[in-house]
Amino acid sequence: MPQALDRLKETPSQTAGPYVHIGLVPSLAGVAGVYPADPGGAIVAPETPGERIRIEGRVFDGDGGLVRDALIESWQADANGIYNAPLDPRQGRCAPGFFGWGRCATDFASGAFAFETIKPGPVPGPRDSMMAPHICLWIVARGINLGLSTRLYFPEEEAANAVDPILRRIENPQRRRTLIAQALETEGDGRGYRFDIRLQGEGETVFFAT
Amino acid sequence: MSDTSAGDRAVSERVGSNLRPQADPLIPRDHAWHPPALAPAYKTSVLRSPQRPLVAHEATLSESTGPVFGPESLGPLDNDLLRNYALDGAPIGPRILVHGRLRDERGRGVPGALIEIWQANAGGRYRHRNDGYLAALDPNFGGCGRTLTDAEGRYVFRTVMPGPYPWPNNVNDWRPAHIHFSIFGSGFGQRLITQMYFEGDPHIPLCPILNAIPDAQAVEQLIAPLDMAATAPMDARAYRFDLVLRGRRSTYFETRPEGN
Ligand SMILES: [Fe+2]
Repeated sequence: MPQALDRLKETPSQTAGPYVHIGLVPSLAGVAGVYPADPGGAIVAPETPGERIRIEGRVFDGDGGLVRDALIESWQADANGIYNAPLDPRQGRCAPGFFGWGRCATDFASGAFAFETIKPGPVPGPRDSMMAPHICLWIVARGINLGLSTRLYFPEEEAANAVDPILRRIENPQRRRTLIAQALETEGDGRGYRFDIRLQGEGETVFFAT
Repeated sequence: MSDTSAGDRAVSERVGSNLRPQADPLIPRDHAWHPPALAPAYKTSVLRSPQRPLVAHEATLSESTGPVFGPESLGPLDNDLLRNYALDGAPIGPRILVHGRLRDERGRGVPGALIEIWQANAGGRYRHRNDGYLAALDPNFGGCGRTLTDAEGRYVFRTVMPGPYPWPNNVNDWRPAHIHFSIFGSGFGQRLITQMYFEGDPHIPLCPILNAIPDAQAVEQLIAPLDMAATAPMDARAYRFDLVLRGRRSTYFETRPEGN
């Protein structure tokens, strides 16, 4: 589509660099006391209805090395597929205490990231489609020049995944599988999933452009 | 698509009678305006750049919507880096104001947007457990700040001029002085992180991170000019850094003669 001549150009991206924690999750950098808490730590409130889930994973580079300085943000709908956002006209019916946005970083030592949330519901997609339950993820780090967008889907949602309009854009089933989290054996309440992100090479995660 | 009816039914039953929400779709991103994933002169990008092409799809409700941060989530000193970490005095270094306007590609101000920044101190040292540069930490400087844009999309921070610093890339690479910016729009698909540079910095043409951006005009967009008009006399110089986020196609309004 041709661009209108009066259109401004988007500000170009630059890498988040190795010290992204100072600005976005200051306590991890060792900067205490500026903000009461690191932003993005609470995706849901205790009263939010929905199935409790825990997502954990690691980020790998093209050599299979751990990326220990990545920052990951998540955005998702509530258990009924409603976003807590003014641009979702159903926002008034969004679950109580549900925020939907989270932020975490990979651990400096283990390289692992984790976040706790509820399982989202299916979300209306383009035209008459329905999107399977999914969590949008955005990954930035030193060496990543433009934040990478991907989606996490759920392994137990085979029927919904099969008709998801975004997953269907990925022709190779092996590549599609990079977006399906792996169910973990868990003790106690809630389900656990593993979602590893491979930035490059074999098993490279599918990243999206919109 | 007839082969999908069972799955379609599975999801639509659970959604029940939800109306089908529509948000104005985001304008597709012009990737040529951004640095490519692989920029060999920036060595860390070599192993951290996807090799497969990005899978393109139209922005859906999941990209068109995004979190909203209310004023109650910010403190009164959050945008004042001269004071938000200070223990017993002002940080060392030239005092500056950094201000500008956040707009979308259609030129409209973006109100209520969360902007977060982080930077090195005047000596080029970050307050970060992984930064071991020789330059001293400043006990009165933390290096992070945040603010919400006003009704017209304007923002301002007060801080000190960050120093250039050496970094391991080639044997003698120095970053130009810069401030890191993280910006939220109204949709998660607008999410952006960038860096602001300072007019006249001789390190600018030497920087492999900045010069990974292919278009010279795009590079220029990241260089903030001195803004004497906004300077606080006898107090702080000002730099102006305007920001642009992806816009939205207003498919409905575009057909009307009065436009938007
Ligand atoms: Fe930096």
